[in-house]
Amino acid sequence: MNRRSLVLAALLAAGLLLLPAFAGPYLLSVVTLILFFAYAGQAWNVMMGFAGQLSLGHSLYVGIGAYVSAGLFFHYGIGPWAGIWASMLACVAAGAVIGFLAFRFGISGVYFALLTIAFAEFTRIGFDHINALGGPGGLFIKVSQRETWDLLNLRGPPAMFYYVMLALAVGAFALCTWLLRSRAGYYWQAIRENEEAAQALGINTFRWKMLAVMLSAAMTSLAGVFFAFYYNNLFPEQIFNISRSIEIILGPVIGGVGTLFGPILGAAVLTVLADSITELLAALGWEFPGVKQVFYGCVLLVVVMFLPHGIWPALARRLGLGRTAGKD
Amino acid sequence: MDLLQVTALSKSFRGVRAVTSASFSVEQGAIVALIGPNGAGKTTIFNMLAGVLTPDAGQIHYAGQAIHGLRPDQVCAAGIGRTFQIVKPFAGLSVLDNVIVGALARSAGVGEARRHALRVLERIGLEARRDMPAAALTLPDRKRLEVARALATRPRLLLLDEVMAGLRPTETDQMVAFFRDLNRSDGLTILLIEHVMRAVMALAQRVVVLHHGEIIANGAPEDVVRDPAVLESYLGEDAEV
Amino acid sequence: MPVELVVNVALAGTLTGLVYGLMALGLSVIFGVVRVVNFAHGEMMTIAMYAAVLLFAHWNIDPFVAALPIAAVFFVLGYALQTGLINPFITRPEHSQFMLLVAVAIIMVNGLLVGFGPDARSVQVEYQLESWALGPILFDKARLYAAAMALLASAALFAFFRFTLAGKAIRACADNYLGARVVGLNVHRYYALTFGLGSACVAIAGCMMVVLVDVTPVLGPGFTLLAFVIVIVGGLGSMPGALLGGVLIGLSEAMAGLFIQPSAKSMVSFALLILVLLFRPQGLLGRRA
Repeated sequence: MNRRSLVLAALLAAGLLLLPAFAGPYLLSVVTLILFFAYAGQAWNVMMGFAGQLSLGHSLYVGIGAYVSAGLFFHYGIGPWAGIWASMLACVAAGAVIGFLAFRFGISGVYFALLTIAFAEFTRIGFDHINALGGPGGLFIKVSQRETWDLLNLRGPPAMFYYVMLALAVGAFALCTWLLRSRAGYYWQAIRENEEAAQALGINTFRWKMLAVMLSAAMTSLAGVFFAFYYNNLFPEQIFNISRSIEIILGPVIGGVGTLFGPILGAAVLTVLADSITELLAALGWEFPGVKQVFYGCVLLVVVMFLPHGIWPALARRLGLGRTAGKD
Repeated sequence: MDLLQVTALSKSFRGVRAVTSASFSVEQGAIVALIGPNGAGKTTIFNMLAGVLTPDAGQIHYAGQAIHGLRPDQVCAAGIGRTFQIVKPFAGLSVLDNVIVGALARSAGVGEARRHALRVLERIGLEARRDMPAAALTLPDRKRLEVARALATRPRLLLLDEVMAGLRPTETDQMVAFFRDLNRSDGLTILLIEHVMRAVMALAQRVVVLHHGEIIANGAPEDVVRDPAVLESYLGEDAEV
Repeated sequence: MPVELVVNVALAGTLTGLVYGLMALGLSVIFGVVRVVNFAHGEMMTIAMYAAVLLFAHWNIDPFVAALPIAAVFFVLGYALQTGLINPFITRPEHSQFMLLVAVAIIMVNGLLVGFGPDARSVQVEYQLESWALGPILFDKARLYAAAMALLASAALFAFFRFTLAGKAIRACADNYLGARVVGLNVHRYYALTFGLGSACVAIAGCMMVVLVDVTPVLGPGFTLLAFVIVIVGGLGSMPGALLGGVLIGLSEAMAGLFIQPSAKSMVSFALLILVLLFRPQGLLGRRA
């Protein structure tokens, strides 16, 4: 990293760490949301940007992660830190099933994406019928607004949730950075670029693709756990919805698939702009359901058409950051 | 000593017999060329050797081990490297990263792989372009990258699929010299599919000729090119030689 | 469970399935030729449904009559969409094209939401609740007309591809992009033509569908998914396959609604998709790639 990137990174880090001190509750919640999507986008990126497998059903893992941990807390009082393991296990299993079915039978590209959508939808309808988890009426966890931090049960003020999400996002970033430069990173990118050539170089592509899927699923499950304890209510219709899956991928696609900063930048851009649009429309009196999404769609369209690699690579070049622009 | 032994290899595709009972061997440290008109079944044989296709019948023995039916990555792990007729670079990665992927096959970690990759690039003359994205390379350089990548896996046997295609005569000569050097100094065994006779005559110590899936000649280059059956397969029955 | 009930539900499902089949036919044609995953397919159908609703509400035009002008408009719009937006994208990686249409779909669904609001709309034609009785078997008039029109449209499409020069040219483009260009076919124009035809199919299917179900903006993604399930189950590249797949899905949905639970209808479709992808990925009538 050159000097410019270091300075920028330091500024960013300072700003993020000190945010709760000077930000109001609204701004805090916005940044928490940005971090949430940055994290989820980063997790999705492992599958797509690194290993080249397009998943359009990632809401499956958010939902399972959320419901498993929430369910355990609701019925048995098991706190989120233990619940995390169950959530991750469930999601890894789900990912393994999808991955195995897809890769063993040679399903890739568009068909793979459709398969992921089908699984998410199937699960959505399925959870509507699980009465133990609230069914379509939803699952509600007791909300207790506390001023003290109860990290063990994830009960506390918004600032606590902010730092938890920040830690997750930073952790994901660090993990992905490390992975990208490791054998896994090289092998995944090789598979993404040309699977046949990768095999000829000794890469067991089935095993590595499975790894990418399972890791992505495990990481995404944590987002689900956070979601459950932050919002305290879960509805199958909402959390497994295909719009959720699309929201997750908007960040990385707009920011830059396969890059490290892409998902973060994309999430930030999207959230900030969306909020501005909502404010603007409220001021004009044009508050209709769906306007925000039309805007999302337009941004996505523009980015896909004119910035196919996302905003980050172009931005990085302009700012003079990084060696191979956008690779880091 | 034979490094590679192919025995009665056969493969059909939906009724069309691509390869019929082909048998040949490649001695350790030799350079053998596999030639024949288009559609003779050469790449099919390569794909069976490399594990991309499973033979319908026959066996392949490499260093005494039966490798027919293994996956491509297992074949590579056994010590066979291959290039593709239509080059398959990792377009989004740099030249160096491309070769690192190959080097990782036999390296404990990325650091070691990187060092080995740089050595390979130096040997083949690509280290000046090591940070260039593979997509930006010219065809001869892409061919060199393809070879470098396969070499980085430290194979004992290298399968080259029409690596000279599209190269100018001077470039061909450079490649020939490179392989001759590898063969002489490292003892690398090479089996190559080739149409460019200039390269075949200069490199091969033995030539195997394939026609309609069957081996019709197997011997020294000078003898094979004078073999009437071989000439007939290339020029047709009515041609006057 | 009385047999008549089962038979009637099965019949209704089959007839609805034919309309599904027409919708899927449009997708099969687009996907099979242009090789673009039209993620906005269901949304286009929803727009057609709303168009029919509007024409009926304001000018009392029966959807079956409105189908033709709406189809014509959709043909033009589809042609324009392909020419303007998608053709320049042919050489881009697959997920790029996909994302493009995802964006279009998002704009469409939410545009409808903004324009029409989330409440359901419907078309109530006079023969909506009439049916012919053949003994204990009931044939809903509306459903029968819809299925008949779907068959008619499909037949017209088959004929186009079989007997016209343009149809053959399109099949050539589908089989071999490079080859078609080499022999001088303006492949991009044929792609646009194909997208237009597919869109017209979807429009007609939409006009039929609005007689059978109420329309809300959020129906779009469900239809898109359903169309893909049908195309994959029936077989990619097979037009009869799309119709067969549609009937199969319509039937299984109806049966699932009857025997299991109405909300479980889609689960059956997805289960079918997963099974087909695993064990017969070329679909029932498709050719192995």
